[in-house]
Amino acid sequence: MSRKGFLPLGDRLSRGAPALTASGLDPLRRLWVAGAALAGRLGLSGRTLVIALPYLWLLLFFLIPFAIVLKISFSEPLIARPPYAPLVEWVEGAYLEIRLNLGNYLFLAQDSLYAAAYLNSLKIAAVSTVLCLLIGYPIAYGIARAPVTWRMPLLMLIILPFWTSFLIRVYAWIGILKQNGLLNNLLIGLGVIDQPIQFLHTDFAVYVGITYSYLPFMILPLYATLERLDPALLEAAADLGCRPFKAFLTVTLPLSLPGILAGSLLVFIPAVGEFVIPALLGGPDTLMIGRVLWNEFFNNRDWPVASAVAIALLIFLVAPIMAFQHIQSRQQKADAR
Amino acid sequence: MSDPRLSPRTALRLATLSPLALGLGFGWAPAAADTVNVYNWSDYIGETTLEDFTAATGIDVTYDVYDSNDVLEAKLLAGSAGYDVVVPTAQPFLARQVEAGIYQPLDLDQIPNVANLDPVLMEQVARADPGNQHAVIYQWGTNGFGYNVAMIEERMPDAPVNSWDMMFDPEVVAQFEDCGVTMLDAATEILPLALHYLGLDPNTEDSEDLAAAEALLMSVRPYVKYFHSSQYINDLANGDICLAIGWTGDVLQAAARADEAGNGHEITYVIPEEGTVVWFDTLAIPADAPNPEAAHAFINFVLDPATMAGITNYVAYANAVPASLDLIDPEVAEDPRIFPPQAVLERLFSVSVVSQRFERERTRTWTRITTGQ
Repeated sequence: MSRKGFLPLGDRLSRGAPALTASGLDPLRRLWVAGAALAGRLGLSGRTLVIALPYLWLLLFFLIPFAIVLKISFSEPLIARPPYAPLVEWVEGAYLEIRLNLGNYLFLAQDSLYAAAYLNSLKIAAVSTVLCLLIGYPIAYGIARAPVTWRMPLLMLIILPFWTSFLIRVYAWIGILKQNGLLNNLLIGLGVIDQPIQFLHTDFAVYVGITYSYLPFMILPLYATLERLDPALLEAAADLGCRPFKAFLTVTLPLSLPGILAGSLLVFIPAVGEFVIPALLGGPDTLMIGRVLWNEFFNNRDWPVASAVAIALLIFLVAPIMAFQHIQSRQQKADAR
Repeated sequence: MSDPRLSPRTALRLATLSPLALGLGFGWAPAAADTVNVYNWSDYIGETTLEDFTAATGIDVTYDVYDSNDVLEAKLLAGSAGYDVVVPTAQPFLARQVEAGIYQPLDLDQIPNVANLDPVLMEQVARADPGNQHAVIYQWGTNGFGYNVAMIEERMPDAPVNSWDMMFDPEVVAQFEDCGVTMLDAATEILPLALHYLGLDPNTEDSEDLAAAEALLMSVRPYVKYFHSSQYINDLANGDICLAIGWTGDVLQAAARADEAGNGHEITYVIPEEGTVVWFDTLAIPADAPNPEAAHAFINFVLDPATMAGITNYVAYANAVPASLDLIDPEVAEDPRIFPPQAVLERLFSVSVVSQRFERERTRTWTRITTGQ
């Protein structure tokens, strides 16, 4: 089976770039052609430029901010503007003094708060991802199997909530979950409960909020994979005497694995660092790394430790993603053979 | 889009587009010459103050709000926040920020209404801002608690409603768990109160004292519904909670909102007899303010007795402009919870700056109290 359709995320995004730039108005296109000719004379082929663009993007919007945060994580806090000591200083006009303060990272290891916050964030993100998958898979499957004319309207329904501000959608959940809210009033009205149940300010509310907010990120890649599955495969399975459920387990599910992985990553990664949802819906005991970061940054005014927390979070997240990409590219090579 | 097939690429692009657009929308504020960018606490301005200012001076106001000194401080320390007038609390925030050099000295020639300020109260703020060079008092108030009269009475007819026992005695607080007890979410607001309740120095830098305050708060922690610094206003008004540590005016605003809504909830505010924290919120101009002249004009306008009376009437906090008292609604001006009598004033104390080391210890303690970690 070829898995060419599922490229690593970075590749996919970069392949979108040339298509975006090449389409446009006529004068723009002429400019593009002229630019390409000039670049060609300079020894730069269009290909090099096209490859350079995403790298430039990454450099500008990922690597440079990362370097700044990394730099701050090695400095010492000060009451000044900006509130940290410079890393590199000229001493007596002749000596270049570089002071690296590793204490911030040691501090993270010494206090159990940070490890507990990381682990709890991973747990909340993992549970939310599984919930998204359990809810999102049937929806994506349903849309992919729907009549062709229905698919685009159904997809629009998935994307439509994005047109409302994320913050307002989270606030709407406060209205639903609070003590005198819609849900409690409904349950009391139906006679299921006599006393309102505490939904808001609990981990339950955080799970609801994250699952609701990130569900489209799960459905869209799942739909993209499921929709491209060849129905002939299922027909073949049926012809060979396979029951529908078994055919789903042995044919559809394994073939949709790339979509499951892509969707899970798109949900899991932002969920780990989520701050707004636990801050608005979670209880005071909902410990997540985003909140710890906030405390360091705002309450302690300790930008260096806050930066160290951010870098550590990045390392904890990037390592598994790189491993995933690595396994995937190996698989692709194996499949290509 | 006639092709209903969606490539994974398009799916990803669609999925990432919206939050991106959302992110871009943040933090952008237009800057013009005849504009003043004011960054104030939430629910902390008169109903018509901003319109009146624009009508009087022709200067437009861009108004933005926060609910914690920490947020304001982080923005100011980062620099280029773009605000012209901010409202830091004198202790410990203004004190520390003046030291860090992030405010410009006020040009008093541009603020003739400075003469209206109560010199005794300004003297209090001079401890944070030597010589009163950078800030003037906006409003001041106390940390006390608000409660829903009927809900408390129903659960504990002989409740010690004038004492911090309501909040810090586990046996008392436990009675109110089911109707909702909340606290402000700030180490600097609550820990000094706990220390004071235990008879310890609220401005201590001693780790053992802090541990004692932590133990006290942990003993009532099981009965606290949430820690938040602004949500309690609406929740008190709606009867979603029945007891909250809060700031004078915020609790009284909750009472007014419940009254307006006519939902039958009677809310009242208490300055506990053991004494409590008094604080002063000040108006200051950041050193890098884009419109310093407009900022001075705004401060001058606010210090006008008529403007000040309008603000105090609405926010129910005390101000430092004695001439405004005659213009304030008598029920506000004569309310001892807003303008406490001398005997009560003597039991108030203010918090001061602590070392960075102790600050971290205090925040860490607070995290342990709120999250159990």
